[in-house]
Amino acid sequence: MSSWLDKIVPSRIMPNLVNKRHSSIPEGLWKKCPKCSAVLYRPDLEKNLDVCMKCNHHMRISARRRLEIFLDKENQTELATEVVPVDRLKFRDLKKYKDRLVSAQKATEEKDALIAINGRIMDLPVVAMAFEFNFLGGSMGSVVGERFIQACKVCLEERIPLVCFSASGGARMQEALISLFQMAKTSAALEKLKQAGIPYISYLTDPVYGGVSASLAMLGDINIAEPGARMGFAGPRVIEQTVRETLPEGFQRSEFLLNHGAIDMITPRKDMREVTNRLLTSLNAANMAKDI
Amino acid sequence: MNPNYLDFEQPIADLEAKIDALRMVGNDNDLNISDEIIKLQNKNLALTSRIFATLTPAQISQVARHPQRPYMLDYIAVIFDEFDELHGDRHYGDDRAIVGGIARLADQPVMVIGHQKGRSVKEKVARNFGMSRPEGYRKACRLMEMAERFHIPIMTFIDTPGAYPGIDAEERGQSEAIAWNLAVMSRLKVPIIATVIGEGGSGGALAIGVCDHLNMLQYSTYSVISPEGCASILWKNAAYAADAANAMGITAPRLLELGLVDQVLQEPLGGAHRDPVLMANTLKSSLVESLQNLLQYATSDLVQSRYQRLMAFGLNS
Repeated sequence: MSSWLDKIVPSRIMPNLVNKRHSSIPEGLWKKCPKCSAVLYRPDLEKNLDVCMKCNHHMRISARRRLEIFLDKENQTELATEVVPVDRLKFRDLKKYKDRLVSAQKATEEKDALIAINGRIMDLPVVAMAFEFNFLGGSMGSVVGERFIQACKVCLEERIPLVCFSASGGARMQEALISLFQMAKTSAALEKLKQAGIPYISYLTDPVYGGVSASLAMLGDINIAEPGARMGFAGPRVIEQTVRETLPEGFQRSEFLLNHGAIDMITPRKDMREVTNRLLTSLNAANMAKDI
Repeated sequence: MNPNYLDFEQPIADLEAKIDALRMVGNDNDLNISDEIIKLQNKNLALTSRIFATLTPAQISQVARHPQRPYMLDYIAVIFDEFDELHGDRHYGDDRAIVGGIARLADQPVMVIGHQKGRSVKEKVARNFGMSRPEGYRKACRLMEMAERFHIPIMTFIDTPGAYPGIDAEERGQSEAIAWNLAVMSRLKVPIIATVIGEGGSGGALAIGVCDHLNMLQYSTYSVISPEGCASILWKNAAYAADAANAMGITAPRLLELGLVDQVLQEPLGGAHRDPVLMANTLKSSLVESLQNLLQYATSDLVQSRYQRLMAFGLNS
């Protein structure tokens, strides 16, 4: 970090000073915006929902934090916590899948890459899910699939809407074909909701690719993206290697998705509660009128 | 090296070249060398079965992509009595990487849909090497929903490296097109039988692969990502494709063992390309049998059991 101090303090005494300053500041009180490099005071940043105050960049946040800022504080029940990962294939690449799971669990304090909570949003009952991108890239394996469909079942039984925040690199390679089939599993459960007239809002948060975008993420009655989020089937690198062209500016970003008709709207993080509540209230009202 | 043979098939190629050479000699002379030819042919059989008995997953994935491997249209010509191809997604275009149409299996009308890779260079390009864009999946969806309206069972044939990763495909909603098919196929009120005939590549394969009965030909593969792709991500080097193929379990017998596949259809000695007609007939009798079985179910039971089947993926497999 360079500041006005760098310019006035002679360079030979700088190293010490920098070290001292480092040690006297509590770890992580400041955060650098990955987009505009502005250095942001963390308490302010948190108040601003981890959106850069300078450039409005929506930073990646954990699944817990996502649902914490989205749902009402009261009346939360986490679903399907008993579903935990098993290494059925005894998969091993450079590391064992089992070990990868353990370190991901330690790093994120989650059992797998999806959490589901039965809660409320401005008093409206919903089941809300969020992908933990830091858990093996938010990849979808059998736990993600199973938790997802169990959450769908609760929606069906209690006739409450579903909201899911996707953030995923795609299917989990370490579960091979089992993970591919989770695409069919989650899509089938969503089709059940559709037939039952239960609304589903799919939020795309950076990034959503592969098996997750080509299943549950693109099946919302309403698809909403966070500003600047990227979504696509194939990643930019794979496409570049295939077509041997430079990709257009903003390719696969929210604005691109909106222009190409893939999503209904782009909604800033701070407006999500209100927008969701408004949309679901309308959809529910229509739904109830039909029941009568 | 004969380009129509894989590296591990070269001993077979050499022997066959020898047999052909002898035949030529035999035609020219009065010499009776038929005994010698028969001997060599037996040797060839033994050699082929020895080589194919111990194929590694990586070698099987080569057989699945063999340049001479029969493609969907090769099978259709043998299996079905009539075939009227139907084109277009009614929105944007006709994707030739996916072929669909109405055919007859014995006397039963069926909707046939599958990937087609193309044999000549020109055809490969026209069919985009079997990699569909969104309009291909949307055409498939249109035909499947038509099949449902007219109570026609659906048979799909999977043979694709994957959905096409291109700028245009992304612009037109590749993800949505695949996702939509997965959702629709889960509730169609007609039997769906899917068969992996070659390469079952990822979401592009699954997009026509949700079914009541899943077959795999003995040397076909089905996986979430190609061994090369998996290796370059997890091993950081595509050269580890063989390790990735092992780890992922992409072969028919392994997937049968895992309960992800219902039936493995035995291929002729040396692979389907050695005797495409025999392969087609094996496939045909299997399709007839599976269809008869599925047609016994009431529609609601059929759809219900397909749903249960989908929900069970990952639980006990």
